[in-house]
Amino acid sequence: MKIFSAYVLTILLSFAGGLFFPWWIIAVAAFIVSAIIPLRPLVAYATGFLALSSLWGGMALFIDVQNNHVLASRIAAVLPLGGSPALLISLTAFVGALVGGFAALSGSLFRKMLERKTTSNTYGNRAAS
Amino acid sequence: MRIFLFFILTSFTIALIIILSIQLPIGGSNSPAFGSFLSPQHGCWQNAEPADVNFNADIKLNGLVGSAEVYFDDRLVPHIYADNDRDAFYLQGYLHAKFRLWQMEFQTYAAGGRLSEIMGAQSGTSDFLAIDKFFRRLGMVYGAEQSLKASEANADTKMEMDAYTAGVNAYIETLQPHEYPLEYKLLNYKPEPWTNMKTALFLKYMSYDLAGSEWDFEMTNAKRIFSAADLELIYPSTQDSLDPIVPKGTIFDKAGLVVRKPATIDSLYYNLHDGAQPPISKPDKDNGSNNWAVAGSKTRSGRPILCNDPHLGLNLPSLWYEMQITTPTYNSYGATFPGAPAIIIGFNDSSAWGFTNAMRDVRDYYEIKFRDGSMKEYWFNDNWVPTTFREERIHVKGQADVVEKMAMTEFGPVMYDPSYPNKSNDEKYYAVRWKAHDASNELLTFTKLDKAKNLTDYKDAIGTYQTPGQNMLFATKTGDIAITQQGQFPAKWYRQGDFIMPGDTSYLWQGNIPDNENPSMYNPARGFVSSANQLPVDQTYPYYLGGSYPLYRGIIINRRLEEMNAITPQDMQQLQTDNYNVFAEMARPMMLKYLDESKVTEDELKYVRKMKSWNLRNDINEEGATIFKVWWDSLEIAVWKDEFSQTDLPLRWPEKSTLLEALLKDSTFKFIDDLKTSERESVAEIMIKGFKLAYPALKEAAASNTLGWGKYKDSGVRHLLRLPALSRLHLPIGGGEHIINATKQFHGPSWRMIVHLTDEIEAYGVYPGGQSGNVGSKYYDAFVDTWAQGKYYTLLFLKKEKAQSDPRIKWKMTFTKA
Repeated sequence: MKIFSAYVLTILLSFAGGLFFPWWIIAVAAFIVSAIIPLRPLVAYATGFLALSSLWGGMALFIDVQNNHVLASRIAAVLPLGGSPALLISLTAFVGALVGGFAALSGSLFRKMLERKTTSNTYGNRAAS
Repeated sequence: MRIFLFFILTSFTIALIIILSIQLPIGGSNSPAFGSFLSPQHGCWQNAEPADVNFNADIKLNGLVGSAEVYFDDRLVPHIYADNDRDAFYLQGYLHAKFRLWQMEFQTYAAGGRLSEIMGAQSGTSDFLAIDKFFRRLGMVYGAEQSLKASEANADTKMEMDAYTAGVNAYIETLQPHEYPLEYKLLNYKPEPWTNMKTALFLKYMSYDLAGSEWDFEMTNAKRIFSAADLELIYPSTQDSLDPIVPKGTIFDKAGLVVRKPATIDSLYYNLHDGAQPPISKPDKDNGSNNWAVAGSKTRSGRPILCNDPHLGLNLPSLWYEMQITTPTYNSYGATFPGAPAIIIGFNDSSAWGFTNAMRDVRDYYEIKFRDGSMKEYWFNDNWVPTTFREERIHVKGQADVVEKMAMTEFGPVMYDPSYPNKSNDEKYYAVRWKAHDASNELLTFTKLDKAKNLTDYKDAIGTYQTPGQNMLFATKTGDIAITQQGQFPAKWYRQGDFIMPGDTSYLWQGNIPDNENPSMYNPARGFVSSANQLPVDQTYPYYLGGSYPLYRGIIINRRLEEMNAITPQDMQQLQTDNYNVFAEMARPMMLKYLDESKVTEDELKYVRKMKSWNLRNDINEEGATIFKVWWDSLEIAVWKDEFSQTDLPLRWPEKSTLLEALLKDSTFKFIDDLKTSERESVAEIMIKGFKLAYPALKEAAASNTLGWGKYKDSGVRHLLRLPALSRLHLPIGGGEHIINATKQFHGPSWRMIVHLTDEIEAYGVYPGGQSGNVGSKYYDAFVDTWAQGKYYTLLFLKKEKAQSDPRIKWKMTFTKA
């Protein structure tokens, strides 16, 4: 459940942030979510990775279908990805995922770092919540 | 340990973000910044326009005075209906920016020598800093400043430019970074505010393209190896088969301005042997065009038909953007320049107009004598006279600014000096005198033509026009047809400015040819007027014209128009896209006559036979057209290369017509002789030599299945950044040099227009591009295939009442004052 919440929250926060901030807001979003929701570092990484690959990949796919692949075919030939829209969507998903994953991992480690320094009181509060 | 791990991974994440936020040098050029470029909410994906995009909108803008409606037809052509002219120009700017912002800006960066600012000093194989320096030192910015002053001195033009600029900026201000055109994201920069100066720079770029043709340095080099008599043979100033714009036999008045030849002309000009390196950038010498108008006496309807197709570099986004502008004072449709107000080539309720290039030489060079290396004083009128200096500051991406300091003289800006050396002669100072440096207001002419109703309006519109000189064609519903070679042209003595001139006052331009002596023709008895960049007049015209004039399109157009009667717009469409090769018609019999078939092998003979049976049309699949072209080019090499190898300095290759006309009349043409052999070659020997040179290339083309003309020529329309993925390459289209359908590889008919001046105007047009400059839009290249097939769209010229109900109208934008 925590994993699912983190996944959904990362997607929502990244999307909302993207409306107002530059692209790297996804890193902030993934970081915050995994700093708030306690997950093991590797799980946090996987969640951030999946969340951003879903968001970026999904949005790119949606846009591409509506666009009849006009833009993606051309950009995929500039980059060069052999003119394949699918490859451009995959690359988009992967770049977002990479940033999301590492940001989530950093966020999770941030939390761990704080946990060590804080008192048990914090644990208690969070357990209650 | 955890702290350490946290810092390591956070640093790594930040480093990842930074790497994704900068342009990476890959393969000599810069990649986009991948993070923002790929982000679906910021990057390229935001430029992916939905296939069913809806352009309907209600837009409120501060800058409007009244209100306006814009209807878009199914080809995305806007039809503007505004309450007043000012609002119309404002909306023209707004719409140009909405659909073509990146190209508008990029073209003015190029014109103003600012490419290094966005591209860096060097990218791939392009030396942008060198290009920028060249344009600055040529005086492009200087010329644009002069023209801006003149334009803004006219109240109407100032209003027009101000409104246009405000409209462009109204759009730019609404633009969020994620909405920037794709090219900004690829190159990682952002749009800056538009200014009237940018419009002036854009128009100056057209002058560079159309009035920047000269070979003064190459011709000066040629003087070193050729005698004056030889130069007349290699670079003749007229042609035997010329059919000028104003027919031969026309009587011209005596010159209103009599020019005096300098006294030192033999010692300091003709016989001074010097060498120099030509400019690094030259406009395409085939920047030309066709235009013609037929009178009602030759048409089925009894009304004139006007046709125009300007031949320019074929780019995406296109140089042209179609538009209708309707206000209470005028109603006009046509091709506009994104970057400038007004309709440039088009028609209105009463008339139609079009242009071809005049090709006159209006750019000359002078060798300047300075008192010393400081360039503070130069020799003028037997005195040392002080110069002024002009500073051109070039911002270079990722580097310190580069400052070019140019001395300004009565002979023009000093383009070449030891700090910007002419490679072959770095001790010398050369000033450039260019008509485009002079203050002028071209927009006034276009705007007046948009409103022109009759010949009087036409004369008034073109009367003030200066540069680039054009053959201005005009036709009215009331049956008038007219053509004028209009421009401000220096009156020159014979061969003035063909070579670099001494910096002596007697060599200065002595004045302009009076306007009323510019060649013109009104309602001739033959029932048509036409131009195709040929010489406008025969040798009896009292001024020397300079320049270079393609001959053959004019011959075939006039021949066809002479023959045709009861002409319809469909006939004109066929003529405008015709692939008949009149140059080959004249050259082929001569080539075959001199070819001794006993000296060619059986395999070689196959190609000769194919060319013999060729139908003289440069249609897509014709192999004869390719064989002819390759053989002719090889023949030129066989004839000229020995002479032209006498120097390492750049020379000007002779025109095709020069060799053809020489061989047609003179089998002893002296340059036939190969200087490298002791015996004297005959035409037959050189013909075989040319053919043997051509054969390997032909065999290779046949082996790679590219002997068919369309495949061999391999035409395409290239994106301005020369990215193949954003271009439309390998288009199946015939035509070529010297052919009415003048489509070369990347150059050709950039806008084809046919206007039938019936009561309800019937017009057809097409250009190789699309109305949207957005790479992610289906409207980006929507017209390219239609254009390549030689087909046309019916242009929708609508009154406002009809626009609301016309089935071809798809969207409506309403504009009101905020």
